[in-house]
Amino acid sequence: MAVPGTHPEPLRRDPAHAVIAGVCAGLAPRLGVDPLVLRIAFVAASAAGGIGLLLYVVCWALLPVGEGEPAGLLVAGSRLPRRESTMVAAGIVLLLIAVLLLLRTWGLWLSDVVVWPFLLAAAGGALIWRQSQRSEVMETPPAERARPGGGAVPRRTLRLARPSFAGAGLGTTLVLGGGLVFLWLTGALTAARDVVLAVFVVVVAIGVILTPWWLRLVRGLTEEREERIRTQERAELAAHLHDSVLQTLALMQKRADDPREVAALARRQERELRAWLNGGRSGEPRRTLAGALEAVVAEVEDDHGVPVEVVAVGDCPLDEPMEALVAAAREAVLNAVKFASRAPISVYAEVDGDRVEVFVRDRGPGFDLAAVPADRRGLRESVVGRMDRHGGQAHVHTRPGAGTEVELVLPR
Amino acid sequence: MSAPRVVLVDDHQLFRAGVRAELEGLVEVVGDAATVGEAIECIVATEPDVVLLDVQMPGGGGAEVIRGVTPRRPAVRFLALSVSDAPEDVIAIIRAGARGYVTKTISGTELADAVRRVADGDAVFSPRLAGFVLDAFAGMEGAAPAVVDPELDQLTAREREVLRHIARGYLYKEIALRLGISTKTVEAHVSAVLRKLQLSNRHELSRWAVQRGWLE
Repeated sequence: MAVPGTHPEPLRRDPAHAVIAGVCAGLAPRLGVDPLVLRIAFVAASAAGGIGLLLYVVCWALLPVGEGEPAGLLVAGSRLPRRESTMVAAGIVLLLIAVLLLLRTWGLWLSDVVVWPFLLAAAGGALIWRQSQRSEVMETPPAERARPGGGAVPRRTLRLARPSFAGAGLGTTLVLGGGLVFLWLTGALTAARDVVLAVFVVVVAIGVILTPWWLRLVRGLTEEREERIRTQERAELAAHLHDSVLQTLALMQKRADDPREVAALARRQERELRAWLNGGRSGEPRRTLAGALEAVVAEVEDDHGVPVEVVAVGDCPLDEPMEALVAAAREAVLNAVKFASRAPISVYAEVDGDRVEVFVRDRGPGFDLAAVPADRRGLRESVVGRMDRHGGQAHVHTRPGAGTEVELVLPR
Repeated sequence: MSAPRVVLVDDHQLFRAGVRAELEGLVEVVGDAATVGEAIECIVATEPDVVLLDVQMPGGGGAEVIRGVTPRRPAVRFLALSVSDAPEDVIAIIRAGARGYVTKTISGTELADAVRRVADGDAVFSPRLAGFVLDAFAGMEGAAPAVVDPELDQLTAREREVLRHIARGYLYKEIALRLGISTKTVEAHVSAVLRKLQLSNRHELSRWAVQRGWLE
């Protein structure tokens, strides 16, 4: 949802109550004033130099008609802030002009010949530049987090699907106009003035004829694009569910006589679906301690069908000693799976300022540490030895009947 | 003590039936509801000891149920039961007033145990919730040096120690044994953490959850 509550009344034209095109009738409820007040304001502004007329035409072109907004909430929500930002931009431009005129009256001024064309060209340049920046950003939408109930999947469409060429076209016109005005003011254009005038008149006429049609085309294109992106999202979602969830469900029905296998299948599917919902659509494990721990634990779960819960507090990048820590943790988990098979196994990792601790705990039978024969190398070599070699420590806490906990500590 | 009276709130009928069957004989299930409105009505009418509450439901979710019931029946306690392990969901329901959080894969006996503990006024933290809380308070200490209310905005060393043991998979009585304190003291520490989690009005806490949700 695009910020509910901040736009109580969408900005629309209202031809049903129109005097000319419904601009005032549409704006009035939004501003909370009587349409008549607005109309008087517009007329007054038109009389005082034509600003009102210009503003009216701009509103007419930009505001969509009130009834039957075709693409619904989604479009209304996304179009609105854009329109408001246009108004803000217009305000800034007017303020700027006022300041310039003030400077001009005071004599702090280069020359009309330089300043006005430069201003036009600068405004156009800024528009084009901003437009190109924005379309670059839009090509890499931020990783969306989609959850059931969160409804994040269609949100992506809001960020895409904005025609950027309208702004770019306006910018180009401004830059060219700036150049022309400069040439004209310096007298370079007098020779070709008649031709330029003729061309100008023709261009304006064509513009007047084509603009409404073009505007409609742009709006249509936007809607079509949004629809297409939505369809793609839906297809992607369907494909994912089909490849993963439906396959697993089918497999579980086939293996219904083997509860252990069914539980393992369900567990794996649950993990994959969670990872997907949490935005890790690439399927790549993260290159951090927590990511690597989750990955190796997932592997053990898959191989042995025993649930292992991982809780991580803090995280850090995966360098070589950290990889050794993860490998040692994996051995400890494997050990727990082997000796405590069906009991729940917990892995807890905490990254503190200067050290990392990992605990692997099971509620299995436990054992007498002193009674482990010397030729049993599993824990001693691959856990204790490995930690030693990387400057860390490993302790095994166990008693018969009290489960086992392997504690791994590594300084950072 | 007699078996605690429980109301089940979940929008999945199949799941409600499953939990009912699992809790049979362990607690007394006095009602169930599938929507926020139904739930509020049912809870106000039956006045149970504990409500087992789904986090994500159409029409506002579990937090909305808590907000609807608490002004009218302040004695009713809530235990969140959810498939979601997204930190923002978990922290949100706890801050709304739930006295604990367990995942839906919990076994029947464990769930009954958790219900009894909540009925007794204690808090129930799963290892994952303990991890979230440690993470949240650790993040707050790093992010903002100026602590508004040290009573509420920081965990004591002992509370951290207890939470870390929960995250490591220890039960309350095992923690008591390891730390050389009584089980009651462990419960008191966990309840204190719950109170801080609910009352600390540092908005960093909710912002942390959201950020973490986005970063993952």
